[in-house]
Formats: sequence, structure tokens, C-alpha cells
Amino acid sequence: MSNTPKTLFDKVWDAHVVKSIQDGPDVFFIDRHFIHEVTSPVAFLGLKNRNVPVMFPDKTFATADHNTPTINQHLPVEDPLSANQLKALEENAAKHGISHWGLGNPKNGIVHVVGPENGITLPGMTVVCGDSHTSTHGAFGAIAFGIGTSEVEMVLSSQCIMQSKAKKMRINVNGKLGKGVTAKDVALFIISQITASGATGYFVEYAGEVFETMSMEGRMTVCNLSIESGARGGMIAPDETTFAYLKGKEKAPKGDAWDTALEYWKTLKTDDGAQFDKELNYNADEIEPQITYGTNPGLGTGITKNIPFAAAVKDGEASYKKSLAYMGFAEGEKIIGKKVDYVFLGSCTNGRIEDFRAFATIVKGRKKADNITAWLVPGSHVVEQQIKEEGILDIITAAGFQLRQPGCSACLAMNDDKIPAGKYAVSTSNRNFEGRQGPGSRTLLASPFVAAAAAVTGVVTDPRDLL
Amino acid sequence: MAYDKFNILKSTAIPLPIENVDTDQIIPARFLKATERKGFGDNLFRDWRYNTDGTPKTDFVLNNPRYSGKILVGGKNFGSGSSREHAAWAIYDYGVRCVVSSFFADIFKNNSLNIGVLPVTVSPEFLAEIYKAIDADPNTELEVNLPDQTITLLATGEKETFAIDGYKKHNMLNGFDDIDYLQAMKNEIRSFATQMVH
Repeated sequence: MSNTPKTLFDKVWDAHVVKSIQDGPDVFFIDRHFIHEVTSPVAFLGLKNRNVPVMFPDKTFATADHNTPTINQHLPVEDPLSANQLKALEENAAKHGISHWGLGNPKNGIVHVVGPENGITLPGMTVVCGDSHTSTHGAFGAIAFGIGTSEVEMVLSSQCIMQSKAKKMRINVNGKLGKGVTAKDVALFIISQITASGATGYFVEYAGEVFETMSMEGRMTVCNLSIESGARGGMIAPDETTFAYLKGKEKAPKGDAWDTALEYWKTLKTDDGAQFDKELNYNADEIEPQITYGTNPGLGTGITKNIPFAAAVKDGEASYKKSLAYMGFAEGEKIIGKKVDYVFLGSCTNGRIEDFRAFATIVKGRKKADNITAWLVPGSHVVEQQIKEEGILDIITAAGFQLRQPGCSACLAMNDDKIPAGKYAVSTSNRNFEGRQGPGSRTLLASPFVAAAAAVTGVVTDPRDLL
Repeated sequence: MAYDKFNILKSTAIPLPIENVDTDQIIPARFLKATERKGFGDNLFRDWRYNTDGTPKTDFVLNNPRYSGKILVGGKNFGSGSSREHAAWAIYDYGVRCVVSSFFADIFKNNSLNIGVLPVTVSPEFLAEIYKAIDADPNTELEVNLPDQTITLLATGEKETFAIDGYKKHNMLNGFDDIDYLQAMKNEIRSFATQMVH
């Protein structure tokens, strides 16, 4: 055994290398593989064409989420192409003996919400899915990242992919977050500081008091957004918060197996003196509620700030001006007070119970603004159930909101939940790309607090004024 | 899925000097509903290329008859965002075999290599030279030489070397893929799996 201090990332990575190819990638073993209807059909077709079986069907989990409707889920899916993908997922899972939580299943929901809430994702694991927000699962001290469909086929057929080890970055945020400042704001703040490509080529470990005191839901939000700074993934060392979250979850280890696992999980932290290729430090008091104004997640700022002038932005001037033109915004303008048309609460970024609690805190005793269309979409049926049990449904209903059924919904608008062209949406999702929420849609990314503040005032509003 | 071998590619190039071109632009999510891999090229850059009524946007480069070729030259942070391999499929299906940029997003780069599209990273200065040359003459050709790992502006002879790991280079030169490689390692992987904690 070498005594060289290792990072958390090193420990988990090194434990999963089957073989290092000389002048090439590592053959990297995968513990958990999630699949959904959109990026898996061609991979299964590949297996069929090669006539190879799924190597470990019990390490892959299927859930339908990307193109599912969020109303009337008991009815047949109207869009024939979506229906066809959902059917393909169901048939492929059945044929290969893979667990499948399809539409209508009480366990159904967004892949990155249902994985953790059922204890499928555990510390020290490697987790992949044909979806870039797989980085969410890094909140448990797992190495988790998104892959392409060729790699989905690799995992199905051999439980491995070919990966070169990323460089290592640690982002420390110390201090205590102010009122109304959430995990989402911390993540958007970091991305705004380092840009949408600032962590490309790196795997990030988040460390410091802010993450140590954060809930698992918050940690998932932060790790989820790692990809928006270009990072391969992000992770947080497991601790008592992690263990408390996992204990008793359906697929988490039980009895002696729990004790053994716990002993191992406690070793999963960066050793003193371990080396990172890059280390960044921020203080919590630098962070106010954030909002984006451009067409990549790096174009965000504190909600009380003005839209920067091109000279102050790291993107090229032409790309920045194109971005603002798409948004219908001008350099130097105030963001507060901008008119909003739609509010979207949900997605793998902010579709968990804590996000609905936050939203309810602000809308309680207030009314939805008349100019706002709001889509409130829980990340899973489990979250939906919690919303009902905790009385949140009553609060949001009294304020004039409706709760929809679980799915990815307007985050990527593959179903009917599309923001119309030219309209502004304050969205708790993860991407403000051109057309992301529907052709011509304009997205302002923000926290559930900011979304709720916009939903009751009809304009971009500092949520701290309503808390 | 098998792809054509890549050796030396000599072609005119399509300039797209925009930064942070994300995979939602390369292929919007609503076109990801196929269960087979075909026809994605038709929707490459769909919303930049066509109006909502389906008529071409004449100011977009793919609709400009002056520009064509098997090489696409993109701005910094090309292919960011979603992991959809459909983005690389759409590029390949459109007839482009090589994307040049000063900086690629990680997942897009992996996906491209896995399906036979070669991502070539050049310096920001050389990228600017390429744009300048295409702007001066849309018929100017680039030569991408994979065996030598060089990219050359044929009009001036200016060239740069680019990086690619030996394993991936060998795959691209021969049209090999990782899936077959991993299939050949099945026994080793099975034995590795037995000692895993989870």
C-alpha cells in the first residue's frame, strides 16, 4: 500500500480501474447504471445487432422521465414518437431482466431523483447514465457522470466504459449562507465565477462549511449543476448527513451489510496533503440569490446586480451580444423588475421536497400573479406524496397553483410543457440555452425562492423581500 | 455502430465562429425521439437553420452555398451541455467527419470519438487564422492528417499538431470501436466484478 495522500476522487476512481490501457483510457467498472427512454433505444439496438446479452442486468435501472406527460398520466401517451420510446424502454427492460419503473409505477420519477431516494446510489460507487445531470449522484461521494449512447451500450454489454481520468479541482466555500440563499445560488454563483467551461477537463470536489452543513437535497442540487461549468462531475465526501439520509432506504444495505458498508464509506474523504490540479476558494457572504440573464448557465449574477457590459464578461463579445439579443435584454439593465410570463418549479436540479418547501414558504398566504403561468412538477411520485403529506399541496393550491405529475417536463420540453417563443420563464432547472424550454423560449435560471417570488409578483423579485 | 475509417481528410470547411455552441443547438431535444439512429443530419442546427415554418434561414452558414465541406470549425467550448450522442450523430449524418475548435466539452469529445467524428483542438490563434482564410476564400482547403496528427491550412502551409491518445487514434484509423474491445475482456471484467464492494 502506498502512503501517498489521495483525494476522494482518486480513491473511488482507482478502485474501479479494471485495466489501464497504455497511451489510452482506463477500462472503468460501473456499479450503477440508470437508463431512460431517450438515450437507451439505440444502445439496445446495438446489442441486438451484435447479438450480445446484458452482462449484469441487476446493475442497471430503468425509469421513464424525459418525454412523459405531466398531466393525465393514466391515459395513453398521445405523441406517437414518445409513446414508441416508452414502449421500447419497457420491452427492452423486460427482455433483458432490467428493473423498470415506467409511467404509472409508484416509484416512477426523474432518474436522478428516484435513484437516490430509493438508496440505489451509495457512497464510493461509480454511477453513469445517458444524461449529463448524472453528476447529481456525486452528492453521495460517488463518481457519477453522463455518458453517450455508445457508452450506454458498453455498460449494458460489459459493465465498463473507456475513460481517461480527469484532472482534479477542489472548490471550497466557507462561512454561512445568508437568508434566502440556497444550494442553487451557490452553484450558479460558482458557474458565474468560472464560466460555463471553467471546469472542463476536471472532476470537482466541493468542500468547506457550506457543503458540510448542507442537506442531501442541497448537495444533489450543487453536484447536479457541476456539468454546467463543464466539469465531468462533482462530488462531496459522505458524512453523517449522508448516512442518515441513506439508512433505511429500500435498496441501501441492511444489518451487518450496513455496518460493513459504513466502515468503508467513512474512509471516503480526501486525505490531508492530497494534491489537486486546481483549488478555488469562496466565502458564503459573497453569495446572494442568483439569476441568469443569458443563454448559458455561466451568464448569471446576483439578483440585485445589473446585466454586465460585454467588456466585463469572459465570453467573446459577438457571442455575448448574440446571447443578450436572443433574451431581449440590454447591457447595463437591471434584472429586478423584469416581467416574467412562466414559472417552472421542478427538474433533477430542484424537483425535490426541500424545493417545494421553499416555494411554499414564499407563496403561503399570497396569490399567484395573473400574468404568470406556473408549472410545478415534482421530481417523483415519492416527492409528490411528501408534498401532500406535509400540507404543501394545500398551501400552493390556496395560492392559486396546481401540482402536476412527475417528469423532466419543461426543463427540456420534450413533452407538451413548452414555453412559447419570446416568453420569459423563471425556471429552477439547469439550462438556459436558446430554445431549451421550447423553440424561442427565454429562460432565467434561479432557485425555488426566486421562482416563487416571481410567481406571486409577476416580475423578477428579490425573494429576501418576501421571506 | 461501425463507422468509416479516418486517415487523411482534405476538405473545404464550414465556419461557425460562435462560442459555447451547446448540444441543444446542434440537435434540439424534440428531435431525440427516434429509436433508431438515422436521419439526424436533417435536423442538425435545426433552430438556427430553419424558421418555424420550415423555410431556411438564409443568414445561417449551412444555408449559404458559399460554404460546404466535411470539416466544421466551431468556437470555444463546442458541444457543451447535454450528453446526447445524437449531436455527434447529426454531425456525422450531415457528412461532417471532423470538428475543429480551440476547446471542446468533454462528453461531446468522447461521443464524437466513439462514432467516428474526429475532434481537433487547435490554438485560439490558429483557429482565428482558419476563420480568416475561409473568410478570404470559402474554397480554401484544410488537411487533417490523423497519422501525423497535424492540421494544415493548404493555402499557406501553416500547420499545427493536435493531441489524441494512441488507443483512440488506432481505433479511428481502423474503424474499430470500444464495444468490441470490451467484449474481448469479458472474463477479466467478470472476475474484477466479484471483488467489488457494491
